[in-house]
Parts: sequence; structure tokens; C-alpha cells
Amino acid sequence: MKVGVLVFPGSWSHDDFLWVFREVLGVAAEPVWHKATSVAGFDALVLPGGFAHGDYLRAGAIARFSPVMPAVRRFAEAGGPVLGSCNGFQILCEAGLLPGALLRNDSLQYRCQWVHLRVENPDTAFTPGAHRGQVLAMPISHGEGRYVADPGTLRAMNDRGQIVLRYSAPDGRLVNAANPNGSLDHVAGIVSERGNVFGLMPHPERAAEAALGGTDGLAMLGALAAERQPAPAR
Amino acid sequence: MIEACVYVTLKKGVLDPQGDTVRSALEALGFAGVADLRIGKFMVLTLENGPRAEVEARVHEMCRQLLANPVIEDYRFELSEVGQGLPAGKRP
Repeated sequence: MKVGVLVFPGSWSHDDFLWVFREVLGVAAEPVWHKATSVAGFDALVLPGGFAHGDYLRAGAIARFSPVMPAVRRFAEAGGPVLGSCNGFQILCEAGLLPGALLRNDSLQYRCQWVHLRVENPDTAFTPGAHRGQVLAMPISHGEGRYVADPGTLRAMNDRGQIVLRYSAPDGRLVNAANPNGSLDHVAGIVSERGNVFGLMPHPERAAEAALGGTDGLAMLGALAAERQPAPAR
Repeated sequence: MIEACVYVTLKKGVLDPQGDTVRSALEALGFAGVADLRIGKFMVLTLENGPRAEVEARVHEMCRQLLANPVIEDYRFELSEVGQGLPAGKRP
């Protein structure tokens, strides 16, 4: 089992992910520079947060054309588990590996804070042991996290259980005050139709040790590292 | 050379908090009657000369693949001939 953590010029969360996989979970993990053209040898991939390629034009718009992205696409299409957090989520949307897009926060402010997340679909590969309605706590740190999708897409995603996490109050209520960026329907995290690509604006790697203030992100990363299905052909 | 002026705007129905804020600022300055204000992007591309239809098709492709995100944005563009064949940097 080896996790590949992608590194784009401007990524900033890759070292935190590598730390959690290696030091907290005891799993092999290696950085993968964005100019790599293969992800052979990896069983799971992470697209970390940051500002890949300066977020020029739109967040994730340029990163999507990095040389490594065709290999990421093949990996995802073959069923390999992929997790994108924050900027990684934006890149996955721009690349079309996840539906929708992420726009400027409705407050027009950068938001760096802890948020509460209600588990909407516990039956994904990334939410082991969670139950429907459970409330998790994780930090966010972004200026462009307002999730948008057209109504038809959103409805279909709801029906298929693709919406995994919603911003909520600590007791699970979906109140506007708990939505840090104006995301449509409070969407904080989604999976692809097939369920193997997971994108979320919060930072699970920053909620992976008690010293950081919480460990709700650890199970998510542990699940990614525990995928035991044979590595897909690339 | 051909100059392509590309306008990228948020689709109708996509909230534009930046535009709303600027509209309020105009109101605060005393400019009444601004019903709506939307902020978009404006890009100027200088392209090699070629048959109009081909250039148009290429710019459409550029917009679709990169300059606009079809999930949230619309685009339109105008083409005009410029510079009488001089490279972009040498134009007066």
C-alpha cells in the first residue's frame, strides 16, 4: 500500500498529508511532482490544498493541464481511490472528475476556521464507521469554496448519494450561519458517480491528531490508505 | 493579425457577491438606478491570421477548454483584424 500525494507549484498541504500517512497512520506515502507522467506503483492518490499554479484564471484551471493529470484521470477511471481536499477539490472539478465548480465565498472573505460537517452518506469508501447525520469537525481554509452545480446535476447527485458532507451547526442543523462560503445546499464534500473520487473543501489532514484540536479527519485518510482492492492498471 | 476580445461572465442564476458589493458601493456614491451589476473577465488574444471560420472555431475551442468554465460561465468574443501583420509587441 502506497499513497501518492501530488505536488503542484503552489501546493501547500502536501507535507501535512505525508506526515499523517507516514507518522500517524504508518502508511508508505510519497510526493508526486506535477510533471510526473505516471502514477504507477501508487494505490491511492491525494490532491492537496494550496494555490496550484497561483490559481490563475480560476482555482484549479491551470493545474488541470499539469503533465500528471492524464495519469490521474486514468487512475480514477480505472477505479483507483482519489481524494482532493480544498484546492485539490477545485482541481478535480475543473478536470471534470467531479461535477460542479467552486466559486468565490459569498462573504468575499478568506475563511480559516473550524467547521462542522454532517455526514449525509456514510456508505462511501471514505466514511468508514460513520453514521448518517453524524457531525464531524474539521478546519477549512479557503477563499473559493462556494460549491455550485446546476439544479439538475445537484438533484441527480442527491438521488445517487453523491453528497457526502454538508456544512451544519454542531447539532447537525443546516442553518445559514453554519455555511462558511455560501455553498449550494451546504455542500462540503462529494463523491463521483462511481464513488472512488472524493472532493471536499475541509482539510482532513489538519484534523488528524489530538494536538491539532481534533481527529475527525483521520478515519477518512485511514480509509484511503486501507483500500485493499488490487491496484488498477494504468 | 487577428485580435480576439473574449468576454467571460457568470451564468445567469450564479450568485455574484462581488458584483452585488460593487453595485451597493455605486449606490452609496449616489448612483441610483443600477438594478444589477455582474463582474466578469475580459481577455484580449492576438492570433495569427487565418481563414475567419477557422480562427473562430479555434477561439471557441479555447473558451470551451480553458478560458471559461462551462459549468458556471458563459463566454462570447469579437474578432477584428489588427496591426497589419506586425507582431503584437511591435504594434504602435
